[in-house]
Amino acid sequence: MNHLGTFLIRMGNAAVLLGSVLVLNFLLIHMAPGDVADTIAQSMGGADAEVMAQIRAEYRLDDPFLVQLTRYIGNVLRFDLGHSYFYNEPVTDLILRRLPATLLLVVTAQVLALLVGIILGVYSSRNPRGIFSHLITALSLFGFSAPVFWTGLLLLIALSLRLPLFPVAGMVDPTLDGGVWVRALDIAHHMVLPVLALSSIFLALYSRLSRASMMEVLESDYIRTAEAKGLGNTKVVYKHALKNAVSPVITLAGLQFSAVVSGAVVVETVFSWPGLGTLAFEAILARDTPTILGILFFSSLVVIVGNLLTDAAHRLVDPRLRRRG
Amino acid sequence: MTDMANHDATTTPRPRHPAVEAFEMFTRNLSAIVGLVLLMLIILGAFLGPMLYPTDPFEMVWAPFTPPGQEGFLLGTDYLGRDLLAALLNGARVTLLVGASAALLSVCIGVTVGALSGYYSGFVEEALMRVTEFFQVLPTLLFCMVIVALFGTSLHMIVLAIGVVSWTGVARIARSEVMRIKQLEYVLAARASGATHSQIILFTILPNAMPPIIVQATLMVGSAILFEASLSFLGLTDPNVVSWGQVIGANRQYILDSSFAVTIPGLAIFVTVLAISLIGDGLNDALNPKLRRR
Repeated sequence: MNHLGTFLIRMGNAAVLLGSVLVLNFLLIHMAPGDVADTIAQSMGGADAEVMAQIRAEYRLDDPFLVQLTRYIGNVLRFDLGHSYFYNEPVTDLILRRLPATLLLVVTAQVLALLVGIILGVYSSRNPRGIFSHLITALSLFGFSAPVFWTGLLLLIALSLRLPLFPVAGMVDPTLDGGVWVRALDIAHHMVLPVLALSSIFLALYSRLSRASMMEVLESDYIRTAEAKGLGNTKVVYKHALKNAVSPVITLAGLQFSAVVSGAVVVETVFSWPGLGTLAFEAILARDTPTILGILFFSSLVVIVGNLLTDAAHRLVDPRLRRRG
Repeated sequence: MTDMANHDATTTPRPRHPAVEAFEMFTRNLSAIVGLVLLMLIILGAFLGPMLYPTDPFEMVWAPFTPPGQEGFLLGTDYLGRDLLAALLNGARVTLLVGASAALLSVCIGVTVGALSGYYSGFVEEALMRVTEFFQVLPTLLFCMVIVALFGTSLHMIVLAIGVVSWTGVARIARSEVMRIKQLEYVLAARASGATHSQIILFTILPNAMPPIIVQATLMVGSAILFEASLSFLGLTDPNVVSWGQVIGANRQYILDSSFAVTIPGLAIFVTVLAISLIGDGLNDALNPKLRRR
């Protein structure tokens, strides 16, 4: 199968997944107790049956299920995710404004966790009884067992309240006046603690797996061949072994995207990071259903795109996948 | 000749049951035993604690922000002057019960989906794999938040929400085990002797696929507890029951005055999940000895 064909299949697959998320979204609204009319009536302070019927007719809630579903999907295809009752603003605008902050957090945390995790893993695989290896074991136990909001709060208490090194909350300092670089630096400064908290879970996971995978690869025959050819140790490890050892780590990273987004929701709430997570939190407290479902849709999109990118990265490091198609 | 036979019989140990061997390997694993003891203590605290220490976790008993150890409050009081020790003891029960039931639910779903998609090929496999893929792209916590927000914050709903989003890992493991085992000769033998598909899946394949599933199930309890903690930290929990995450969520605005009201319940979650993951690792070493060097 050629490259274009594979690409099209993948895109089609992604589209089907997204479509399923939409159907699920719609089913959820449909099944949930109360409907749009109830919410609007509630915000008006109650309404009689006549007004309720009027609202239902206006929002065409009496149409058959499939008609409503088709209309909903059609709207989403035109980037219309509905109107937020709480923010009184189209949901799409609301989400697009908050999305960059979440993407910044999620991508930075994921990349940092992967890079540091692989480096730690490779380093400790060459010295399995050394201090680094024990560090990874301890780190992975902590990363798996500590609730991410607690890690975040501990970082906040230690590095922001006791030692005022980092800002307590938010993403930018509104009083700051300066050029692009000053502002970028300011965002980076605000990002340190949330990124550390979020990546702690995944750092643990990736370092542990890359250590295991590297130890396995280092025992294989072609590594012995490379060593027998007289190649230097560094070259064997980084050129021959690493390429094969990172493959399972990348697969795992791809599977973790939904967990990273979930973690971001909590971390954003802890650090008042102005992303989708805090928006979701506020929307849920306000029972703003269109916004909540819009966020669910967009974050599924983030996960799907993340998976596609992981897949592309996988093909880049592993030529065998490219050939197989 | 007879002498040698006797000699052999006495020195070669009888092949023992694999479960016995696994048990012995588990008990020789120090960290697993530490985990087990910790978990036992936590379970005891959860079920006996509220009886031995009957303070109401919702009642204001003293001035707010009393530090641990003062005025007779071992763990201090929170921002409303409620006893943190009482909250911790009462919250343990909710945390453990929700964690265990959600994990059980997700293991049931995961094993069913995994076994069916691993055993059958064609349409069933394709359909189930698509469903699994779908649940893998749903951002799990957000989905739970949506469910709980739309359908109410009862504990049943929370268990259901966590169970429904977290079965994909179990399904993957169950599927690959079933796919491996179904090619083995004893499955062929079962089929040749006329066993039906359901008999083969339930009585021939699944019992042999259990070891990695048990390990995963143990770890699932830990992640379900973390899940419940996140939800209740965000305030999406039954307001009439205490849970550890909820205590942290309620007190987090006051970390300047009383960081202990946040750090102590967090430590409780951490130690509980740590104990469970130590047990899980121990079980992994005991049940999958080939992977031990990892």
